[in-house]
Amino acid sequence: MKKTLSMLAVAAVISAATPAFASEAEVPPHQKWPHQGVFGTYDKAALQRGFQVYKEVCAACHSMKLLSYRDLTQLGYTPEQVKTVAAEYQIPDGPNDEGEMFERPGRPADRFHSPFPNDKAARAANGGALPPDMSLLSKAREHGDDYIYSILTGYEEKPAGFDLMPGLNYNKYFAGHQIAMAKPLNEGQVTYTDGTANTLEQQARDVTQFLAWASEPHMEQRKGMGLKVMIFMLAFCGIMVAAKRKLWADIH
Amino acid sequence: MAHFGENKNFSNPVVNWIDNRLPIFTMLIKEYGVFPMPRNVNYMWSFGGIAMTMLGIMILTGIMMAMNYTPHTTLAFDSVERTMRDVNFGWLLRYIHMNGASFFFIAVYIHIARGLFYGSYKKPRELLWMFGVVILLLMMATAFMGYALPWSQMSGWGVTVITSMFSAIPLVGDGLVTWLWGGFSVDNPTLNRFYALHFLLPFVILGVVFIHVWALHVTGSNNPTGVEPKTPADTVPFAPYVSTKDSVALVFFLTIFLGVVFFYPLALTEVDHFRKFDPMQTPAHIVPEWYFLPFYAILRAFTMDITIPFTTVVLLPAKLQGVLAMFGSIILLVFLPWLDRNPVKSGRFRPVFKWCIWLLFVDFFVLMYSGAKPPEGLPLIMGQLGTLYYFVLFLVILPVLSFKEKNLPVPASISADPGCCKKH
Repeated sequence: MKKTLSMLAVAAVISAATPAFASEAEVPPHQKWPHQGVFGTYDKAALQRGFQVYKEVCAACHSMKLLSYRDLTQLGYTPEQVKTVAAEYQIPDGPNDEGEMFERPGRPADRFHSPFPNDKAARAANGGALPPDMSLLSKAREHGDDYIYSILTGYEEKPAGFDLMPGLNYNKYFAGHQIAMAKPLNEGQVTYTDGTANTLEQQARDVTQFLAWASEPHMEQRKGMGLKVMIFMLAFCGIMVAAKRKLWADIH
Repeated sequence: MAHFGENKNFSNPVVNWIDNRLPIFTMLIKEYGVFPMPRNVNYMWSFGGIAMTMLGIMILTGIMMAMNYTPHTTLAFDSVERTMRDVNFGWLLRYIHMNGASFFFIAVYIHIARGLFYGSYKKPRELLWMFGVVILLLMMATAFMGYALPWSQMSGWGVTVITSMFSAIPLVGDGLVTWLWGGFSVDNPTLNRFYALHFLLPFVILGVVFIHVWALHVTGSNNPTGVEPKTPADTVPFAPYVSTKDSVALVFFLTIFLGVVFFYPLALTEVDHFRKFDPMQTPAHIVPEWYFLPFYAILRAFTMDITIPFTTVVLLPAKLQGVLAMFGSIILLVFLPWLDRNPVKSGRFRPVFKWCIWLLFVDFFVLMYSGAKPPEGLPLIMGQLGTLYYFVLFLVILPVLSFKEKNLPVPASISADPGCCKKH
């Protein structure tokens, strides 16, 4: 009995200690995404706009090391367009026959150009914080796409009395509410080539969808094949049940 | 010649020629053709075959994953992602392998639950059951090491937490952990040995499965009545009857499995599995894969050091209690045939045992829930009560029920059981 009581006491102390986490982030509200669900596919126009947002805004700090420029053909760009995009970047290469490292224009087979040569350089340029690589971001965060969209649109004035550390920014969806990244997207920041209205929400939605594609580029192939596999398997189930019933009929 | 008794006479001369020199066809007919199965086995008896199929799928996809994998701390994560992105159907291989582990455990847990409920561990199947427990332990080791290979945050921290448990062992603990790691932290030597063992152990499992099935073919299968077959009227040949019935279960199981693989491949994993391992950054809370959660809850259920009364000398630290309980919870299954000595096998004819076993199945999920939550407040207490019931059931209730339970009348034979041969 004494042991049970002290166990309860321990539990009480532990639960009393939990309010330390009271400033935990709000759960990101659920958004509707075209790539959700069994039949969901990517909206290619949104992916292209999202890529533009990434290229003009995010890429200043965030790498996407797992992606190659050639992957962009999946967004509906032609191989020629991809070549042009890749050639905008100077990619370190070498050593050449003289033993020197050199830079050359990017090719479609190159991985996305990283903004910083290494993590230390990235931290040094960002007040000690490391901008995460975004190749897998939407699979690597709780609430995935909803979280990314909410972070991008969740910057607010800090509430009165909130003790914000210097150099950090207030975001209601970030754990602890203090995020090192300054508000990255603003109303009208990216001028879309397809003339879509560039509200903050539109840009956030587009880049979120681009990141969803980047983390799961084979999703459409997967679901397409899955549908055929399911139809086959269900027919297979039916045939097996029929065969078993016929076979066992004379046993009973 | 004498290995399998009389050789059959096959009409195909090639088959006959081979069979006279290596009686493989005679063996197949004896063990998988005319092999007598109790005619009343239900679909719960299909999960052994399903588990074996999952083992085959895991080995095949695993070998192909290994062909594209680089076991080095700086390259492992990216090599898995390269498989996902650039290898033809690499995403399919990885999602089958990743979710295959979960479905292998689902099949094996159902298989074990069936064995528990119908008393399949009792005489004459004690050794068969014990080899099954060995398979479970090997599977857990293999799954744990496989989980480490992508070298994600979950991998690295999972390895750190689980291997650190051994430091609870008195005197040799710390040395043992260093020995397991191959260094003073979880690093490249750890990953390399885990990779080697993750490749090796599935084939060890295959070997023990062979022994498990061999032992099964000596005693024959148990059945829902727990009464051994007495006359040919009690049995049907394995092929085509039971093989077809098993195929029905297998195809349904694979349909659900493939549904998850193709449409919800991330349903059973954690987001931290998609972040590279960073030894400097601990994730908010570390949870193992779902199939380890009940045992993880047992590990964490112990929160108080046992001291010599009225002193501060610690006899048994809480951490060591947890480690012993966790390993003990599986090891004690080895002794189950002697903990439960009630002569009646099937739970159908044991009114008290039946409810105790159902409560164990519920307890398994309670522990799973507890294991997924931070060890505090209500989930901790649920974990502690769940752990208490687990051990009380096996160490107190089953030994007592061995002699005190009023069993229901058992049918004289399988065919005499009114529930045996109803239309399906």
